Amino acid sequence: MDVAGPVKSHMPRKLPKKDVVIIGFGWTGAIMANELTDEGLDVIALERGPWRDAPTDFPPGYMQDELRYRVRHELFLRPDQMTFTFRNKIDQTALPIRSWGAFMPPNGVGGGGVHWNAEMWRFLPSDFVLKTHLTERYGKDFLPEDMTIQDWGITYDELEPHYDRFEYLCGTSGTAGNLNGKIMEGGNPFEGPRSRPYPTPAQAQPFSHTLFGKAARELGYRPFPQPSGNLSQAYTNPLGLQMGPCTYCGFCEWFGCSNYSKASPQTTILPYLIRKPNFSARDHSEVVKINVDRSGKHATGVTFVDTSGEEWEQPADLVILSAFSLFNVQLLLHSKIGMPYDPASNTGVIGRNYTHQTISTVNGFFDHKKFNFNPFIASGAIGMCIDEFNGDNFDHGPHGFVGGGYVGQVQTGARPIESTLTPPGTPRWGAAWKSAVRDNYLSTVKPGTGVHGSSYAYRDVYLGLDPTYKDRFGRPLMQITMDLHDNEVKQNRFLTDKFAEIIKAMGADHIAKYYRAAPYDITQYQTTHVNGGAIMGTDPMTSALNRYLQSWDMPNLFVLGASAFPQNAGYNPTLTVGALAYWAAAAIRDKYLKNPGRLIDA
Amino acid sequence: MVTKKLTPTAVRRREFLAGAAMLLFSATRVRAVTISGHLPWTPNAGSPPSKIKLGPWEFFTGEEGRAIEAIADCVIPPDPETPGGREAGCAVFIDRQLAGPYGRQDGLYIRPPFLKGTKSQGSQSEAGPAQKYREAFAALDRACKSNYSGKAFADLSAAEQDTVLKGLESGDLKLDGADGKAFFEQVIKDIQMGFFADPIYGGNRDMVAWKMIGYPGARYNYLDWVNRHNERFPLPPVSMTGRAEWTSQAR
Repeated sequence: MDVAGPVKSHMPRKLPKKDVVIIGFGWTGAIMANELTDEGLDVIALERGPWRDAPTDFPPGYMQDELRYRVRHELFLRPDQMTFTFRNKIDQTALPIRSWGAFMPPNGVGGGGVHWNAEMWRFLPSDFVLKTHLTERYGKDFLPEDMTIQDWGITYDELEPHYDRFEYLCGTSGTAGNLNGKIMEGGNPFEGPRSRPYPTPAQAQPFSHTLFGKAARELGYRPFPQPSGNLSQAYTNPLGLQMGPCTYCGFCEWFGCSNYSKASPQTTILPYLIRKPNFSARDHSEVVKINVDRSGKHATGVTFVDTSGEEWEQPADLVILSAFSLFNVQLLLHSKIGMPYDPASNTGVIGRNYTHQTISTVNGFFDHKKFNFNPFIASGAIGMCIDEFNGDNFDHGPHGFVGGGYVGQVQTGARPIESTLTPPGTPRWGAAWKSAVRDNYLSTVKPGTGVHGSSYAYRDVYLGLDPTYKDRFGRPLMQITMDLHDNEVKQNRFLTDKFAEIIKAMGADHIAKYYRAAPYDITQYQTTHVNGGAIMGTDPMTSALNRYLQSWDMPNLFVLGASAFPQNAGYNPTLTVGALAYWAAAAIRDKYLKNPGRLIDA
Repeated sequence: MVTKKLTPTAVRRREFLAGAAMLLFSATRVRAVTISGHLPWTPNAGSPPSKIKLGPWEFFTGEEGRAIEAIADCVIPPDPETPGGREAGCAVFIDRQLAGPYGRQDGLYIRPPFLKGTKSQGSQSEAGPAQKYREAFAALDRACKSNYSGKAFADLSAAEQDTVLKGLESGDLKLDGADGKAFFEQVIKDIQMGFFADPIYGGNRDMVAWKMIGYPGARYNYLDWVNRHNERFPLPPVSMTGRAEWTSQAR
């Protein structure tokens, strides 16, 4: 395992200054590196984990290993490298996450882009102006008193060109639902207007996904294929990189794609970027601090530690913090940049508005004599979905909650350790279990994250530093205080019941509903969509970043990623994360480089 | 389908054919490098999995081995079509997992203090799976011997074994010196995991579990099949080392 050792020296060796240092080399770091090298800037990217690519790290000969990659988390960060403490309530003692559960932090070049499912969702126009929109429609008293949702400081229309760019970089396969304001048959009628169709048509849908679409249509919904970064056909992206058609092997999430079919930094950016003379990357190099000058208003570069324990200083004029969301917040806290959030006084910004996702599912058990789904044939972002219950696509007035999500049969495969289910009431072991497993494997619908609900922000859900537990450098672990609130519990019951009606209508003999219930449990995987803690906004008192993802406190520091989300919508976050990276890059290219300084007056 | 019995001779022969030690999560230190100009690629830099070494227990004692094999057959009983957990190698799977990085909690955060938390905060135990198995087997042995006139778990009748496991599952049978319910949860999870994991790890011998459910294994291309709805996929499973008939495992 590749773990940076203890620090050997306290006199870091100073490297020659660069124009730009990028911390974390996943999706957003790769996007920003490519954009800023286009400006002629000298850019270096630093990555804690190893370099990773298909021919070496996930070749088709042994990538289909559920034990190694899914169960034992081969491609992820190890908790002994870095973890967090967790508690539900402020008055509890936070304890360390000793083994990953609710989410799985990535590690290595490409970050989560290596082992994601590649769902490519845009957020709704109303998601970006959430506070204003909900207050106008329902009145401010409709929202729970301690809910701290905010507007993002940008609009969907401003972000649309950047959504488009990221979709075309990735070759996204989908069916447009709203083309320049015109609602298109077969797509998502609720999506915001898009300026062009998807670059490639939607993926083919296996049997159970098709059946879900049919049942949903018969119930009066408007189902559509999930937009996918696993491609339906060969594609050459704007950087000239070629991707192959997905082979529906069913090993996307937790796994790397051997086939150059899944959008990742490796397949869409790196082979182009690496050839630029003004770019270099360093792997196995963990940034431990963003350095700040005496004024406290200017970042001077970073300090990092390599795997031999050697400490290095990399000076730079511009610092891009583009690690995984939680690590962004943690590095800001450790570097003492921005005022830490205090829930008691409701002041400070770093750690504010931490959110996750509200996930649940419904499994359907069908008559195996009539149904054979071949459930192992799938991709990570395949599926048929409906969006009737997302965001504010329906009147929440009678229901007493806000938010929502898409629901769909989005089964990503049927890897047998996790996908050998039995109908409710079956014994968990013994002869009856064995025969039930045999009879149900091919005829069970297991959507996984079938209900993909939003997660809104609350005053008592936040990130801070732990008083007790330390990392291997002796620094405090970051502490997560997180619980499910009634609003999300109600939202989830409503969505899960609606979803179960459709699974039932597909013809299931038995269904098993799994609602998401409080308390929030750090051991149960939901998604790795953890957000917030360094949010963007319009007011430096309640946001860490301005609308261009620029630190209010330090104009030469930009913080990319889902840590900027003021709250989470009912969609997978990566397309919005990538679009925001392009949006921030455009602001740096068009505005900041011409006049380095604050892009917005506070 | 008739599955041939795994004879002692076959087992001994397979000992000689066993591969190298498991490389998975081995603590190789890789130095940081600066990458520029071209993608870094070097020959043989990948880390393919190694096949488990057949032969004596690597973690379990002989008594523990008898107990885990008996439990494996309770959890997955043999039937005329598909072997049980013991013959499928589930006990071997667990043994090799416990002897390896998983048993030692390699990579997990195991710094003190170890405080008792809420269920939603997850396990806070200092002891890893290997230590917990060891303690639970000792406690189970004591419980069986005191309840069944000196008999170890493996020597009980099938009905008595089921009774013991049901007692652990419900919590009615308490173990002295171990959490019996937690042990039960762990052991059925591990046995079933071994049954369905790739045979390279010791369980699912000859892909018996995959054949049973109709999973075609480590294949990589279903393009021709994605649009063929409600038809049974016709090919037999392959594992990471191919089909049993093609490899040295063939009997």
